[in-house]
Amino acid sequence: MELNKDFGIYGGQFVPETLMSVLNELENAYKEYCSTEEFKNDYMYYMKQYVGRPSSLYYAERLTKELGGAKIYLKREDLNHTGAHKINNAIGQALLAKHMGKTKVIAETGAGQHGVATATVAALFGMECEVYMGVEDIERQKLNVFRMELLGAKVVPVSSGTGTLKDATNEAIRTWAARAEDTFYIIGSAVGPHPYPTMVRDFQRIIGDETKKQMLEAEGRLPDRVYACVGGGSNSIGMFYPFVEDKAVELVGVEAAGHGIETGEHAAAFSSESRVGVLHGMKTVLLQDEDGLIKPVYSISAGLDYPGVGPEHAYLRDIGRVEYTSVTDDEAIEAFKALCRYEGIMPAIESSHALAQAIKEAPNMGKDKIIVVNLSGRGDKDVHTVAKYLGKEI
Amino acid sequence: MNRIDKKFQSLKAEGKKALIPYICSGDPSVEMTEKLVYALEEAGADIIELGIPFSDPLADGPVIQAAGLRAFAGGYRLADTFKIAENVRKNSEIPLVIMVYYSSIIGYGRERFLEGCVNADVDGLIIPDLPYEEYDEFKPLLENTDIYMIPLVGLTSGDRIPMLVKEAKGFVYCVSSMGVTGVRKEFDTRVESFVKEVQKHTDTPACIGFGISSKDDIDKFESYADGCIMGSAIVRKIFESNGDLEKVKDFVKELR
Repeated sequence: MELNKDFGIYGGQFVPETLMSVLNELENAYKEYCSTEEFKNDYMYYMKQYVGRPSSLYYAERLTKELGGAKIYLKREDLNHTGAHKINNAIGQALLAKHMGKTKVIAETGAGQHGVATATVAALFGMECEVYMGVEDIERQKLNVFRMELLGAKVVPVSSGTGTLKDATNEAIRTWAARAEDTFYIIGSAVGPHPYPTMVRDFQRIIGDETKKQMLEAEGRLPDRVYACVGGGSNSIGMFYPFVEDKAVELVGVEAAGHGIETGEHAAAFSSESRVGVLHGMKTVLLQDEDGLIKPVYSISAGLDYPGVGPEHAYLRDIGRVEYTSVTDDEAIEAFKALCRYEGIMPAIESSHALAQAIKEAPNMGKDKIIVVNLSGRGDKDVHTVAKYLGKEI
Repeated sequence: MNRIDKKFQSLKAEGKKALIPYICSGDPSVEMTEKLVYALEEAGADIIELGIPFSDPLADGPVIQAAGLRAFAGGYRLADTFKIAENVRKNSEIPLVIMVYYSSIIGYGRERFLEGCVNADVDGLIIPDLPYEEYDEFKPLLENTDIYMIPLVGLTSGDRIPMLVKEAKGFVYCVSSMGVTGVRKEFDTRVESFVKEVQKHTDTPACIGFGISSKDDIDKFESYADGCIMGSAIVRKIFESNGDLEKVKDFVKELR
C-alpha cells in the first residue's frame, strides 16, 4: 500500500528536516500495522466495547415535521464515550503509538474535547500524557482542563502567539520534534503533515461507513444530502469520505461564520478571503494576509476556531465534490435551541453549525428527500457558553 | 561569484572559521536592523542571517518568537526585509542569507519574493519548513539566479544526508539539536559524528546552529565544523541592551 502525501496541490510535509525521519517512521508503522487484521480487530474491539459503537442513526421525527421538508436523520456521535467523535481517532492513534513502543503521548486541544479524548486513551493504555492548550482556551474551558487532570494528564499552558489552538498545535509540534524518540503526537483533526490527514480520516471514516449501512437498513437507499461541520475537518472527512464515490449524495461542509463573514470575525477558511499557504506542516487553504501571516480567527465554537482546513477538504472543494458554506454564531445557537426543544438532544455548538445549515435547507426539499446531519458531539460542555450568549447567569 | 563562496575562500586562506549571527528583521525596528548588520560586521561577523518574522514559527524557540512579535508590534511588513537588504548592499559586501518560513513566500507570492531577493542582491535562503521532499516546487525559481538554497541537516537525518547535501551550495546548516532554536546548556553527543558524516559527503562548508550561546560552544564546534550560527543569544543581547549597538558589538567581539 503506497500512501499519497498530497491531495491535489494540498497536503505535503512542510516541516523542519529534524521531523522528516520521524514522519517517515510514523508513515511506515502506519502502513504496516494499521492494515493488519490484528490492528483492525483491536480497533473494532475498543470501538464497540469502550466507545459504544455503532452510534445510532436517529430519525428526528418532530424536527422533520416542524420543518415540513426532507426527512432528517442524525448520526449520533454525541453518544460516544467522552461525548464526541474525537475518541475514534484517539484510540486509533494510541494503538499505533503502543505498537511503535512509545510510552508518552502529547496532544493539542482547543475546546478541550480532543485533549479529553487523548487523556482518556492515555489512561486506558497506561501512557503518560501531556496536552498543549492555549492560555486563552484554558481560561474559557476550565471544566475540560480539570477533566483532563482527573484523567491523569498534564495540561501545558501555551502563551506564545495568540494563545489559542493554532499556537497550541505549534507548541505540540515543537515538543514532538524534540522528544519523538519516546513520544507520539496524537493530532486531533485531519490536519498536519502527511501521514496525519490520511490517518485521521481513516480512523474517522467509521462514521460514514456506519451511516451508509444504517441508512440502507432504514430506508433502503443512500441519503440525498449529508451535512457536517468543518473546523480542521475530522468529523466531516470521516462522514464524507465513504460517500465520495456515491456521486448522487450531496455533501455539505459547514464552517463557522462567527459574527458574519463581512465583519472579518469568523473562522471560515473557504470564505472569499481565503488563500493557499502553509501551516502546521501542511499546504492548504488558510486565512492569512498578504505576507502569509495567519490571521486571528473567531467563532463561538472553540472546536471550529481554526484558521485553516484539512488538505483533503481543500481538494474536495476544488474538484467540486463537497460544497462548503458557513453559518453564524446566531444561526448555530438557534439550531442548538431547536434541537433541545424538538428532540430533547443537546448538540455541541460545533455540530449545531451543521444542523443550522440543514434546518435552512430542509424545508425547501421534498418530503421524499432524506438528509443526514452528523451530530459530532454533545453540548454539555457548551452550556456555560450558551448561557453567556443568551445573557443568563448560571 | 556568490559572496558566501568568496567569504569561505578567504576564511580558509586565513585558517579561520565563520561566525554567522542571526537577527530578526524589525526587532527592535527596521532602521535598527540595518544598523545592527553594520555593527555585527564591524564586530567580526562573516555572514548575516536575516530573519523574516512569521506568525507561526515552527522551528523557533521563545526568544526568536518574542523578537518576531516585537517586530510585528512595531509595524514590520515583509517588504521591510528587502528594504534593509537593499540598503545594506549600498554600504557593505557582507553576505546576506534570508531566513524565511515557506508560508511567507507563498503569501507574498513566490515570483515576487524571488524578485525581491534578486533586487536586494541577497546571497542565500534558509527555509526551515521546506524539506528536501517539498523543494521541487520552489527550486526552478532559483535556477537563473545566483541565490543559494542553504540545506538544513538534522541529527536524525542519517541516511538522508547524501541526498540532502548532494547539491549543497554556500554552506550546509547542521542543526545541533532535536527541538527548536534557543540556548542550551548541553549538546547532543552525536553532533560531532553527524557533522563529520556531512563533511564526508560534500565539500561545501558545514556550519552548526541551534543552541550556541558562548565562546566555549564556538571553540568546541569550530574544532571540526566550518562555522557557527548564533541566533537566540544575540537576539536576547539586542533585546536586553535595548538595541545598544556598542554592547552588541562587544558581545560579538568576545566570540572571536
